[in-house]
Amino acid sequence: MNDVAAYPILDGYSSAGRLERVLRSGRFAVTAELNPPDSADPEDTFRQALVLSRVCDAINATDASGANCHMSSMGICALLTRAGYSPVLQISCRDRNRIAIQGDVLGAAAMGVHNILCLSGDGVETGDQPGAKPVFDLDSTSLLNTIRGMRDDAVFLSGRKITTPPRVFLGAAANPFSPPYDWRPLRLAKKIEAGAQFVQTQYCYDVDMLERYMAVVRDLGLHEKCFILVGVGPLASAKAARWIRANVPGVHIPDTVIDRLAGAEDQKREGKQICIDLISQIREIPGVSGVHVMAYRQEHLVTEIILDSGVLKNRIINPEAAERTAPSEEADPAS
Amino acid sequence: MYIVRRWVTRNARSFEVFYRLTARVFHALDPLWAGLHRTPLERPFTAVEAWCKGILFDCRMCGRCRLSVTGMTCVMNCPKTIANGPCGGVREDGHCEVEPDMRCVWVEAWSGAQRMRGGMAIRTPQVPLNHAIDGTSAWLRLSTENLERRRDAVRRDAEGAS
Repeated sequence: MNDVAAYPILDGYSSAGRLERVLRSGRFAVTAELNPPDSADPEDTFRQALVLSRVCDAINATDASGANCHMSSMGICALLTRAGYSPVLQISCRDRNRIAIQGDVLGAAAMGVHNILCLSGDGVETGDQPGAKPVFDLDSTSLLNTIRGMRDDAVFLSGRKITTPPRVFLGAAANPFSPPYDWRPLRLAKKIEAGAQFVQTQYCYDVDMLERYMAVVRDLGLHEKCFILVGVGPLASAKAARWIRANVPGVHIPDTVIDRLAGAEDQKREGKQICIDLISQIREIPGVSGVHVMAYRQEHLVTEIILDSGVLKNRIINPEAAERTAPSEEADPAS
Repeated sequence: MYIVRRWVTRNARSFEVFYRLTARVFHALDPLWAGLHRTPLERPFTAVEAWCKGILFDCRMCGRCRLSVTGMTCVMNCPKTIANGPCGGVREDGHCEVEPDMRCVWVEAWSGAQRMRGGMAIRTPQVPLNHAIDGTSAWLRLSTENLERRRDAVRRDAEGAS
């Protein structure tokens, strides 16, 4: 094989990455989103990665999410791969056309990026620069298909040959909590057909709704073709939850969650506890392969949330060591 | 027009039948239409096509009609022109995240597809658009391609027989 010699790939695997190995070996996977800095200082990225590193199998480098400008996913991935982390490159179709994207895929794979998440992207209208020209040359599904062709058939979209294909594990987003609900599992099937090997979902605050979605997913056998990581995140307060519900399309937060937050003495602590409880429930749903933690501006809580939820318990063989490295409440780089 | 376009989607089944019948008549005249392709008559023909499809579907003249596989809804009306939607930003009332006053184009497409006999074609992933044909006639292209396909088939048969 003429692949990069430093990254031997297991038979039947698409990538040499840790995320794919964890998932294929049947372990519960944990990924988390890195809050991209509005800065050109690499230390800002490393600081963000450090707080996530203890519990994560891969760190998602967002690509101007919400159409707000930050350090690019490519830039963050360049820094993270250099520092030995396993990032997920996010590619949004909003900002680049097919020529730029395919070039980025080759560049990312050459840097040692093993995971790529294909997204259509939020509309420019939702971000800080609504006057920007939206590109949307491809969409998430055709992007998946394009990168799969680059990897498996070693050709660009044009059919032109690629000498060393990008060995990447391909992901997509899914939102079981947004209409049309009965179409959502079929849309997942469509993404799988186009090449999705894992999906990370939108925030889940409604386990019943997720259960209904997963029942259909299992009936269609989709959980056997694709690893499903359910999105979770701590809500900072009832006020924040109401704001998200009203202003972030696609995020569904039931009243029960908001009432529980509103009734708590320490809302921040309760938000964290809700997240922990959700993860414990989600883990029990057949067909779920892991969680994706999006703790915007609360990244310092991710390690505690994951450890307290017990999802990694089976991996611990030395409780003393786990205790020694457990995070303390004071470690709060965000404050 | 938004109202007409939603009416079409609600009557996707009838439009599917209408589409099949007119397609048969239209394709019977393929040699005529293909003859117009790349002649000065192409422009007025394209204008008529844009007018008809504009009224019914709010057509954006992408040059490659996919109405039969998108629930008789022109998905070019999606602000993100997503060819395989809906995206994850659909509001709880089924409206678009970018244009809150408009029903999500893909929610409409899915409801139209459920009414159609061949509607489940919506489950097939669509390839990216060819932007080199933006603004051109999809009908003339369809006719020309159809004619070429038929001629190829005839040629292959002839070669097979000889």
